[in-house]
Amino acid sequence: MAEATHEEVHRHPAPTGFIRKYIFSIDHKVIGIQYILLALTAVLVGLVMSILMRLNLSWPGTHWPIMATLFPTGAPGGIMSPEFYLSLVTMHGTIMVFFVLTTAPQGGFGNYFLPIQIGAEDMAFPVLNMMSFWVTLVGFVVLLLAIFAEGNLTIGSWFSKLGESFAAGSGTVGPIGGWTGYPPLSALGKVAGPGQGAGVNLWIISIAIFCVGSLLGALNFITTLINMRTKGMTMMRMPLTCWAWFTTAILALLSFPVLLAGGILLLLDRIAGTSFFIPGGLYVSGSLVPLHTGGSPLLWQHLFWFFGHPEVYIAILPGMGATSHILSTFARKPIFGYRAMVFAIFAIGMLGFFVWGHHMFISGMSPYSAIAFSVLTLSIGVPSAIKTFNWLGTLWGAKIRFTTPMLFAIGFVSLFVAGGITGLVLGQTSLDFFFHDTYFVTAHFHLVMGVASIFGMFAATYFWFPKMFGRMMNESLGKVHFWVTFIGVYAIFVPFHAMGMVGMPRRYANFGEYEFLKSAHGLVLFVTVAALITAAVQIVFYFNFFWSMFKGKKASDNPWDATTLEWTTATPPPHDNFAGVVPEVYRGPYEFSVPGAAKDFIMQTEPEGPDISGGLGEASGNGNGHKH
Amino acid sequence: MGRVLAIAIWIITLGSVWMFVSKRWWFPEAISEHGPRVDSQFMITIIVVGVAFAAAQIGLGWVVWKFRDTASTARATYSHGNNRLEVVWTVVTAVIFISLAIMGQKVWASLHLHAAPPGSYTIEVVAQQFSWNFHYSGKDTVFGRTDPKLIDDSALNYVGLDDTDPNAKDDSVVSTLVVPVNRPVELILKSKDVTHSFFVPQLRFKQDLVPGMAIPVHFTVTKTGKYEIACAELCGMNHYKMKSYMLVLPENEFSELIALPQDKFQARKDELLNKYQLPQY
Repeated sequence: MAEATHEEVHRHPAPTGFIRKYIFSIDHKVIGIQYILLALTAVLVGLVMSILMRLNLSWPGTHWPIMATLFPTGAPGGIMSPEFYLSLVTMHGTIMVFFVLTTAPQGGFGNYFLPIQIGAEDMAFPVLNMMSFWVTLVGFVVLLLAIFAEGNLTIGSWFSKLGESFAAGSGTVGPIGGWTGYPPLSALGKVAGPGQGAGVNLWIISIAIFCVGSLLGALNFITTLINMRTKGMTMMRMPLTCWAWFTTAILALLSFPVLLAGGILLLLDRIAGTSFFIPGGLYVSGSLVPLHTGGSPLLWQHLFWFFGHPEVYIAILPGMGATSHILSTFARKPIFGYRAMVFAIFAIGMLGFFVWGHHMFISGMSPYSAIAFSVLTLSIGVPSAIKTFNWLGTLWGAKIRFTTPMLFAIGFVSLFVAGGITGLVLGQTSLDFFFHDTYFVTAHFHLVMGVASIFGMFAATYFWFPKMFGRMMNESLGKVHFWVTFIGVYAIFVPFHAMGMVGMPRRYANFGEYEFLKSAHGLVLFVTVAALITAAVQIVFYFNFFWSMFKGKKASDNPWDATTLEWTTATPPPHDNFAGVVPEVYRGPYEFSVPGAAKDFIMQTEPEGPDISGGLGEASGNGNGHKH
Repeated sequence: MGRVLAIAIWIITLGSVWMFVSKRWWFPEAISEHGPRVDSQFMITIIVVGVAFAAAQIGLGWVVWKFRDTASTARATYSHGNNRLEVVWTVVTAVIFISLAIMGQKVWASLHLHAAPPGSYTIEVVAQQFSWNFHYSGKDTVFGRTDPKLIDDSALNYVGLDDTDPNAKDDSVVSTLVVPVNRPVELILKSKDVTHSFFVPQLRFKQDLVPGMAIPVHFTVTKTGKYEIACAELCGMNHYKMKSYMLVLPENEFSELIALPQDKFQARKDELLNKYQLPQY
């Protein structure tokens, strides 16, 4: 590593003005917090939408007076229309996947802690970093515009002036094609139904912008990690969080361009009359679709899922990293099988590129490809199981401190197992005959990529909050938040499997039409009650977050007795992270309970003394990469 | 805290396992030849999944109970792992998961890697927002020519059947799927507008209908009766009520029906639809 280059290129003086300090900041720490605040805002919108969905499913036909006021067209008389429901489905999925599960874990915590954990003073490209946040924020604003364009007649009429494909004001809160936006439904425009005008255009543009932001971020993460590690920070001495963010960045770099391309093609189909995804001879809503010919709906599915499957890992890998890190810290034990954990995280990431077809078994794709995708899919279970075993191994023989971050990390392990393991069911072609697009799928991905990832982020929030804001979050409130959320999410998503068992299809605005769904009606109500309680307790989290920022107990520099570089510097860290001192790393990241050491943890920066053995020898299974 | 967490994890595990073991919410009865094979593959899988799930959760509960921080001054065990254990659990899970994966292709391959067996009865299915059309070839067993340009929903020509084609004379297009029992059925799946998906839970069968494609699939139904058809791919606002019925008839009743001209076919089909009852759920 060329230290000289660092200092010349990356060192920038601390800004003085408010705007350069907090708004258009190039400090990775400020940008990280901006990403987290964006995610905290987006997740509220997504959460409210999910509650509206539950209300509609459990009490169809109920008059909700507030809905009549807010959405007079989409919920006439306060009764949500089926298209309104579907637009909630679409926007909930899009907001959660892109603006929550992709922003907080990577853009948020990754941005803040990756440079500090590797001993760098900032990201490799600070201005690019600032741009990636602002681009992402614009993407979010564009997505929110879809709510107003479709939901509000006045604003809708402004959009309608932009042309046929921007027809708006249909009374929904956006497009109704699901977050996967399958064409031709998403490509045909308003002839295919409400929400398919400006709503879809804004949705595509938003996602395209998001892709650009994520690409900029991914470039930065990869460059930073490869070039800017401090002295002694070998790859195999990095905290597992850094491995997770690194792998995630590679996934983002390779998958987002494909979605970007797909999005552009879809937009062209809609506004420029191309036919990438629209075949000829379609007859929609009583008339033949002119002009389009020769497109393939399956092409979109391939492009979308080529991105979409790695995206699942983009959401969860940082959670795995944070969980490993936090488990080791509060177990007061080195991570079990560091090297195996690194290989597993990489294996999951890379295999994740070869399994997208499992979303398409019944799509009309070749049944032979389905078999190949299916076998590859189940093989992802192997590195996932390795991670689970190693987490249990880390806790074995531990001395566990049950802090709030630790509770959430343990919750992550539990939820990851619960959600991930049903992949063994859904990944089999023969079982997909029944389970495809049922609530069994909804259960699977909500538990694993939704809730488990969020638990990873809750753990990360409670863990790093003191470093970020100099104050501790309240532990009692944190525990209330954990217990209700942990039991709540199981109460919501375990019954989803039962709904899947009776064959309940996803994305139904109402289950009353089918006799075969009757036995699941009680479950639908049960889930709604659980969801209302679980959602309500998130208020405790928000309160704790913002209250502790100003009123929390002052935090010391290393309140958790942790070992990695972020705990060696001031709280909050100074502008250049280490106040001009280049930290030097002497050992692996998880040296807890080393026999003979004075304390039960040894910081990475502590020089290796002759009296302290830095770990077991390689031959006896030392996974932390020390070279003696 | 460790003990409370352990108990919470165990109770959640027990509840989740109970939900499957009690079979209170379960597949509807299988009515296709391959259906029981799907069900038994599911049973094998869910046992593996259930055991792995329970073992991991019980183990997690156990370690948080056993290794909680107590007042003792002893430190945690210092260990960076164990390569032999890593190899063992990697190999064991790989063998189990890959075996499951291979077994999980059998039913799929038996249906999808073979053309419909000889003697199958072929029906064209044309889905549209938000209804189903089933095109029968009539006595001559030859489908009349269809053309999207001839589709005219207002004139009830939902599939664009060309009346000038002699083969079309005896064709019928109805909104209910009627199939014979114990005889292979081939469906040619098409869509007029957006992607739909053909799903009959009892059949253990689902396949998308993709505009621009004609996807041939086949299966054999083994039980007479009336069953609900649902659309399983989001197709627009009324997706949730894109519903039809599949009527499974004894061979004699079936061959009588398909020999009828369109209007009589329609009337007789409605009669039969009333005669048969949905299964008890």
